[in-house]
Amino acid sequence: MPSRLLEVRRLGVLPFREAESLQQKLVIERQQGRVPDLLLMLEHPRVITLGVSANRGNVLASEKTLLEQGIKVHQTRRGGDVTYHGPGQLIGYPILSLKPDRCDLHRYVRDLEEVLIRTVNDFGVTAMRIPGLTGVWVGEQKLAAVGVRVSRWVTSHGFAINITTDLDDFSLIRPCGISDKGVTALVELTDDDVSLVRVADSLARHFSDVFNFQVTSSS
Amino acid sequence: MPTNVVMPQLGESIVEGTIVRWNKNVGDRVDRDEPLFEVSTDKVDAEIPSPVGGVVTEVRVEVGETVEVDSIVAVIGTEDEQYATNPENSDPPSSLQNTVTGENENLASSENRTSVFSPLVRKLAEEHGVNLSAVTGTGRGGRVTKTDVLHHAEARAQQLVTGNPLPGSRTEPLSRMRQSIAEHMVLSRRTSAHVHTVFDVDFTAIDIFRRRYRENYAKEGAKLTYLSFIARSVVLAIEAVPMINAQLANNGTEIIYPPSVNLGIAVATEEDAVGHDDGGLIVPVIKDASNKNILELSRSIEDLGTRARDKRLVADDVQHGTFTITNPGVCGSIFGLPIIHQPQVAILCVGAIEMRPVVVDDDGTIKARVRSYLTLGFDHRLIDGAIADRFMAKVKSNLEQFDGKSL
Repeated sequence: MPSRLLEVRRLGVLPFREAESLQQKLVIERQQGRVPDLLLMLEHPRVITLGVSANRGNVLASEKTLLEQGIKVHQTRRGGDVTYHGPGQLIGYPILSLKPDRCDLHRYVRDLEEVLIRTVNDFGVTAMRIPGLTGVWVGEQKLAAVGVRVSRWVTSHGFAINITTDLDDFSLIRPCGISDKGVTALVELTDDDVSLVRVADSLARHFSDVFNFQVTSSS
Repeated sequence: MPTNVVMPQLGESIVEGTIVRWNKNVGDRVDRDEPLFEVSTDKVDAEIPSPVGGVVTEVRVEVGETVEVDSIVAVIGTEDEQYATNPENSDPPSSLQNTVTGENENLASSENRTSVFSPLVRKLAEEHGVNLSAVTGTGRGGRVTKTDVLHHAEARAQQLVTGNPLPGSRTEPLSRMRQSIAEHMVLSRRTSAHVHTVFDVDFTAIDIFRRRYRENYAKEGAKLTYLSFIARSVVLAIEAVPMINAQLANNGTEIIYPPSVNLGIAVATEEDAVGHDDGGLIVPVIKDASNKNILELSRSIEDLGTRARDKRLVADDVQHGTFTITNPGVCGSIFGLPIIHQPQVAILCVGAIEMRPVVVDDDGTIKARVRSYLTLGFDHRLIDGAIADRFMAKVKSNLEQFDGKSL
């Protein structure tokens, strides 16, 4: 089967709102066929985001704490509940057109999980899925979160995997509204060098494998 | 011919979906492929485009409801179908008639259509005094739906209100913007139990500060208007009385507290010189207003106002407001009784800010002070007078005791 083209864009650190408007723009351009399928990889400054079905009660920190720490809470239009982003977390926002042969949202989410599982496996970490709890888990602890939006079969938002994230920051929220499980980061699970750059390299490779892409350019 | 919109199959293993948002309501026009609703399923939020162009005649699934794949969630008709009230047009096309009556074509006469009126439709028709044989059905197989009856009643009422125009009158179509404002205003009046409370607020402290620092702010590219101070006072008062920022959902059975204060500022826009398009009132929204200081609020207000007047607002600019401020004072009004911007529960109206003689001392000393009447319009379904007044007292004291730091 001939593989399609994927452009990987590394954007460095980008505030959430900026990344969101960039995605909105790219989704429209993708719908119009003016850009190829894209994988954006970046980091966000500390921020809390709420998905479409989010329960505000899952933000545990008080307004005062958030204000003092300069952490904003943004309502987004991705699926899912509440999540935290911050330094040391690798964010992936694929802007893919799922038409014509990938019009299956569950398959898309499972494929993203597969990419993440294969990526951490490169660093000697065995991660898995927990049925009913989207995301990637190591034991009872969540390593990566997934939340996706699809407009006319073009995807946006995506996944966030903790690499060297300060896990204390997750106490600001109840991640994804799940209270009986914890969070973890790749650095806690391996002695390998887990710089964001190395993980991103590995991730881009597995992403193109799982989605059958040929990577065209990297910036 | 009406088209049924179904819950799409979004994946092989996906058997149901939850509707999390309707981008269009009954009566709205929709283009083919324009986003119609959003479905949430397992961490994915999908925007579903309309399969056809037309007018949404029925929405069968409410936000928050989960239905199986292939269930009908909405019906889209052509504009003629929705508004036709002429009895001669009331017979559904014959192909539909066949669907209704099955093989027995002899039954397909209009008198027998009564057999397909649902009890609800019959009851509604009775309540509104509607002759069902005069109603065009847009439901499955040309069936007359609840919405058809209501539209018919409404169109007839409209006829009564407007009557026949005087000879020599000029008739013009209403712009789309004007139509949607009209619809929203009536909807809001019908939905909320409007009550108004008026506070007399002293702006002298603000006025002094404004005069002193106007130029400093101008250097930062911000226009230091009274509105910026009012906006900041409102945000702080909402922190003390969060219910003012809430919304009622599900026919008033649930209260929603939004995660942030998104402040709508009503802006009057000019009618287009060419044609009669787009003139009217628009309410752009300052997102996350609680995280903004006076300088940032000033900038946002100016930016949104300019873009509104230049017609450069994008859809996101006017969505997700949680509280609204309207400022007819600039036109000379001393106070107003505003209509709430749905689905919000309160709106602040700023009257003219002007010098007035005020008794400032127990001994009766009268001084010239800068004053204005601020009115809060609130939805008494949710908010009692005591809460509204507590909020207003907070707004008032924030403004009157302003010392350059407190806001």
